[in-house]
Amino acid sequence: MNTVIIQYNAGNIQSVLYALERLGATATVTDNIDTILAADKVIFPGVGEASTAMHYLKQRGLDEVIKNLKQPVFGICLGMQLMCNYSEENNTNCLGIFDEQVKLFSPNDPSLKVPQIGWNTISNLKTTLFNGVHENSFTYFVHGYYATIGDHTIATTNYVQPYSSALQKNNFYGVQFHPEKSATVGAQIIQNFLDITC
Amino acid sequence: MLTKRIIPCLDIKDGRTVKGVNFEQIRDAGDPIELGALYAQQGADELVFLDITATIEKRKTLSELVNKIAHKINIPFTVGGGIKTEEDVSVLLQNGADKISVNTAAFLDPTIINRFAKNFGSQCVVLAIDAKCEDDNNWYVYLNGGRKKTNMLVTQWAKQAVDLGVGEILLTSMNHDGTKQGFALDITAQLAQSLPVPIIASGGGGMESHFLDVFTKGKADAALAASIFHYKEIAIPDLKQYLHQKGVSIRL
Repeated sequence: MNTVIIQYNAGNIQSVLYALERLGATATVTDNIDTILAADKVIFPGVGEASTAMHYLKQRGLDEVIKNLKQPVFGICLGMQLMCNYSEENNTNCLGIFDEQVKLFSPNDPSLKVPQIGWNTISNLKTTLFNGVHENSFTYFVHGYYATIGDHTIATTNYVQPYSSALQKNNFYGVQFHPEKSATVGAQIIQNFLDITC
Repeated sequence: MLTKRIIPCLDIKDGRTVKGVNFEQIRDAGDPIELGALYAQQGADELVFLDITATIEKRKTLSELVNKIAHKINIPFTVGGGIKTEEDVSVLLQNGADKISVNTAAFLDPTIINRFAKNFGSQCVVLAIDAKCEDDNNWYVYLNGGRKKTNMLVTQWAKQAVDLGVGEILLTSMNHDGTKQGFALDITAQLAQSLPVPIIASGGGGMESHFLDVFTKGKADAALAASIFHYKEIAIPDLKQYLHQKGVSIRL
């Protein structure tokens, strides 16, 4: 299987690659459009800031490429947020794959820190992405912005309020947490993505 | 619900895990990669690797070791020790570190916090503070692995660093470190309740109840310890089960 990790100005790309290696899978890290189009599976990772990332993608024509991919696509963290309509992070218009907004956590309770950093539960799990994953399993999150809940929500998490910790539409999947850093639960979710056929 | 985190810390010298008592008398505790992988498997929520030789000998953290750790370990980890430049950070992140921690270098040039946060995101910039409570009952910042006193108050430095963009604070009480008599609850709570970023409490954890205290009374978001895990005085699964039974939100 030919898996591609989209390279752009975002962190944690190596971590995703190593997580795949631990599963016995290989991947190519690239921003080459032809290589991305030819892949069986595409992973769209990301840690960073939304407007800078979108600007980078647009400059290289990757925004149109990602939107029109037909093979299974897996957005992680900022990758998932960029697949939504719009992010409040520097008023950024995103790819518009998922019909959701990305908003800043605004807790009234000062004990809730922003960004959320740490392990939280994922619930209301839907689709084969969560095969073999128990309800309320813990995954690792690092984020200050969250996606709202809607028709494409396939997992929810509660921090400040309930939000979408995973989204799916057609061949597009996205998770807010970091499966590559979420111990065995995360490894299972990555394996499930690799097992998706469509 | 977001859980409290248990973070084993691996102090590294010449590629081996070591642990000092009150920052001295270093003992050997094993291979950091194997030990880190074991902790991850046992349910540690994160790991911290501190290259304790780095600042003292002006040596850069070994990116090769970080790369090996990143291949093996499936939970987040922070790397610290002698980090001074964007290049240092970039190399560590590219080799798979999730966060970096800065201490002395950030104190001597606070603008690096701002630059690191801008270039790599606040979420990966941890400020480590070595703190000591003096006879005047104030907590002061210490540098160079706890060997050099400053006149800066811990509260003041922490606030300034948060304003500059640090994403978390790792607070080590030198008075408590290595004593196994419990964490510094007062200063931990003071920072946790006044700052908008998570506080990782370090120094003094010797019994399960000390961890309960630092999460409840100390309001810490995470607790870090080293020797009690290295020398198997407390097993991580037992500690987490205990905290869960006491009503602390914890990942089991």
